[in-house]
Amino acid sequence: MSDKRLTFKKRLHILKHHYRGKKMAPAFNALHTFLFAPDETTHSGSHVRAADDLKRTMNTVIMALVPVLLFSMFNAGYQHYSAINGFPENFSLMENFLTWDNFWIGIIKVLPLVVVSYGVGLVVEFIFAVIKGHEVEEGYLVTGMLVPLIVPIDTPLWMLAVAVVFGVVIGKEVFGGTGMNILNPALTIRAFLFFAYPTWMSGDKVWVYEAVERAGGPDAISGETILGYLAQNKGAEMSYSISDMFFGFIPGSVGETSTFLILLGGLFLIFSKIASWRIMLSAVIGSLVMGLIFNGVVDAGWIGETSKFYGLMSFDFWQHLIVGGLAFGIVYMATDPVTGAQTNRGKWFYGFFIGFLSVMIRVFNPAYPEGVFLAILLMNVFAPTIDHYVVRGNVKRRMKRLKNATILPKDSAGKANELHAETV
Amino acid sequence: MSKDIRIKKGLNIKLVGAAEQTTSKAVLSNVYAISLNDFHGVTPKMLVKQGAEVKAGEPLFFNKNKESMLFVSPVSGELVEIVRGARRRILSLKILADKEQTGIAHDLLNVESASKEEVKAYLLKGGCWPFIKQRPYDIIADPDANPKSIFVSGYVTAPLAADLNYVLQGKEKELQAAITALGKLTPGKVHVSVGKSENSPLAGLSGVELHKVSGPHPAGLVGTQINKVDPINKGETVWTVTPQDLVIIGELLLTGKFNAERIVALAGSSVKAPKYYTTKIGTEISTFLYGSGVEGDNFRVINGDVLTGTKSAPDGHLGYYNNTVTAIPEGDDYELFGWNKPVFNKISATRALTFSWMQPNKKYNLDTNTNGEHRAFVVTGMYEKVFPLDIFPMQLLKACMIKDLDEMEQLGLYEVAPEDFSLTEFVCVSKQPHQQIIREGLDLLHKEIG
Repeated sequence: MSDKRLTFKKRLHILKHHYRGKKMAPAFNALHTFLFAPDETTHSGSHVRAADDLKRTMNTVIMALVPVLLFSMFNAGYQHYSAINGFPENFSLMENFLTWDNFWIGIIKVLPLVVVSYGVGLVVEFIFAVIKGHEVEEGYLVTGMLVPLIVPIDTPLWMLAVAVVFGVVIGKEVFGGTGMNILNPALTIRAFLFFAYPTWMSGDKVWVYEAVERAGGPDAISGETILGYLAQNKGAEMSYSISDMFFGFIPGSVGETSTFLILLGGLFLIFSKIASWRIMLSAVIGSLVMGLIFNGVVDAGWIGETSKFYGLMSFDFWQHLIVGGLAFGIVYMATDPVTGAQTNRGKWFYGFFIGFLSVMIRVFNPAYPEGVFLAILLMNVFAPTIDHYVVRGNVKRRMKRLKNATILPKDSAGKANELHAETV
Repeated sequence: MSKDIRIKKGLNIKLVGAAEQTTSKAVLSNVYAISLNDFHGVTPKMLVKQGAEVKAGEPLFFNKNKESMLFVSPVSGELVEIVRGARRRILSLKILADKEQTGIAHDLLNVESASKEEVKAYLLKGGCWPFIKQRPYDIIADPDANPKSIFVSGYVTAPLAADLNYVLQGKEKELQAAITALGKLTPGKVHVSVGKSENSPLAGLSGVELHKVSGPHPAGLVGTQINKVDPINKGETVWTVTPQDLVIIGELLLTGKFNAERIVALAGSSVKAPKYYTTKIGTEISTFLYGSGVEGDNFRVINGDVLTGTKSAPDGHLGYYNNTVTAIPEGDDYELFGWNKPVFNKISATRALTFSWMQPNKKYNLDTNTNGEHRAFVVTGMYEKVFPLDIFPMQLLKACMIKDLDEMEQLGLYEVAPEDFSLTEFVCVSKQPHQQIIREGLDLLHKEIG
């Protein structure tokens, strides 16, 4: 058969054999399996396999992130033009929000973040796969989408690129790649940015496009986040309604603002059985509990209005869930199966403490009023310990059973003792 | 007295090609083969030479480490070939069958009055001992061990596996004889399980503890039942026998002859008319495979069911323990964007653009494609949904992979056999070879701790 009559599929198959065992094989295979599900068959064990693989799993998480990404692109423009022109008096979704002008700002500001995140991250992944001779694993597909959504919109692209290289290498590859890492890679990247370039990650100028340039102007609306207002006890000056906060027409990191869409994404992930509902539910409970404790402290009069903690402590406990990155963190970050707790019982503890600590860090760290990523990273570190104790519980049960083992029916107790002595 | 076992976790894999309940007689095979791979951990020491004439039931070899353990020929004929592999390891024995079959007849044993030692010696001598398996380690039972109980699972939940209620019909006498004999071998109980709403020939046996089992696969696996009824602790031994092997044991006890006859289900979507065949252990699979017609030429023949069987070929031979042969299409083809497009024709434990959850009763035609490549363990919580044992499956697998003997022991490796991990292997998105990992773990534990 001449080469011309070979199908594309067949040609790629021949190339795959050609590359087998060579240095560049992982890079070729990654592109090949992106186009075609491989022709691999089972050899032993279960001869049939379930339909989903890691690519499909990761793809489902990306699908759950797409609405958030699209919203964030419109919101980028909306916040920008509102900062210039003031917020519209009678807000209309179609006229004020879903406009081409708003979307254009999203295209020029958010899309480059996505492109840099994927571009740099995948290059690092490919290099490591080629050097170490393993297949390119799919973990970065989700990380690459998460990263642009958890940074401020004005983050310089070079800064993001540096952080991605750091996060992928130090956060993941040094541990052995996807599946072996201890810390959530996306949050490692976020943490790197936070500690390396703090002025770009907090304050009131980074959350809205061109806020820095406009600073000092006479009509400039500050691009402060809601948590920023509260941390400075300026809650009364805020002009955002509860529905603004819930639907996400507020400043914040690129993808964190719309609790509504995050909630939909979370429900989709629970329905598709990809993410753990245990972690999500327990994290919500944890944050509500901590919020209630703080509300109680204020109600008891232990904290005065002059206290620097007053703003955030008196914030209604349930509203913590609809501002800042808490919802985003709970749905997309805490549920990372690699870095989270792996046992079902462990997931309850793990999630609870993420919610609990997130709100605690928020309140007690007013210089930087966001605690979700720190809480999740902290619990990433403790997740193996939590699992350890859950698994020990099972081992203990087995040991106890061994101790009480009644090998035989009661009527031949003599023989039982004999056998017990013989076998144990 | 019967005790109910209800299993909630699991997954029923419904496949097309279940065997229709009619039985034909398979064509007699010229050559019968015994594969040594069926006897895990046995080092064979031959008793007959190549070219020798053997009778049905005549010992061919014994286990070098347990000399009383004899393995007998299923048919009479000439031992034409001893197939050897690397370092002259024996892979299989091939026997050219006589036209007129002759067999060895042993003196009859009065099972009712026989002692434990007499029963044991009779089964060893008659070649039926290999049918008794033991846990821990999932190997042929050690005749010198004292099992705390014996388990027989008469409930079938594996996809396309032979229906025991059908193949055991009329075999009540043999089953009862075998159960009575086994009852002598353990100071504990003989646990027999049957489907809750099924009419099983095993339900009427005396001298057993009967359990009525319900729930999805792996409720029918004997390991699941052991875990729920009487879990194995360190130092204890439990024996297991499959019901179709009980029939052969029973026949030996009743007639003094080793009868390797077995009713085998030929199933799978590549078979045009799947049904049951009467044949013998070691027969060539082609003697009944083509009788039912096969679709195309790109299919896989599996000795056993699709979850736990071994890969074979039409000219392969029926395994020593198998009563099911499955033929399904090979999936050695690429699928454009197979990793992200909606899937309607495959089974999934998730709902990630897979729609098998919408039609829980639909039967699927699955092939052998892995639907993805091998990856590190990433997703958690998946295995626990289909794994009803009180064991942490992922943690145990990881302990086996890093060869941590203490962890393996403490996390419950003594209680499992590779087949218990067939469902977790099925749903694994990282496409890890769970059964192989567990097998290697068991072998290591056996070697190091014994």
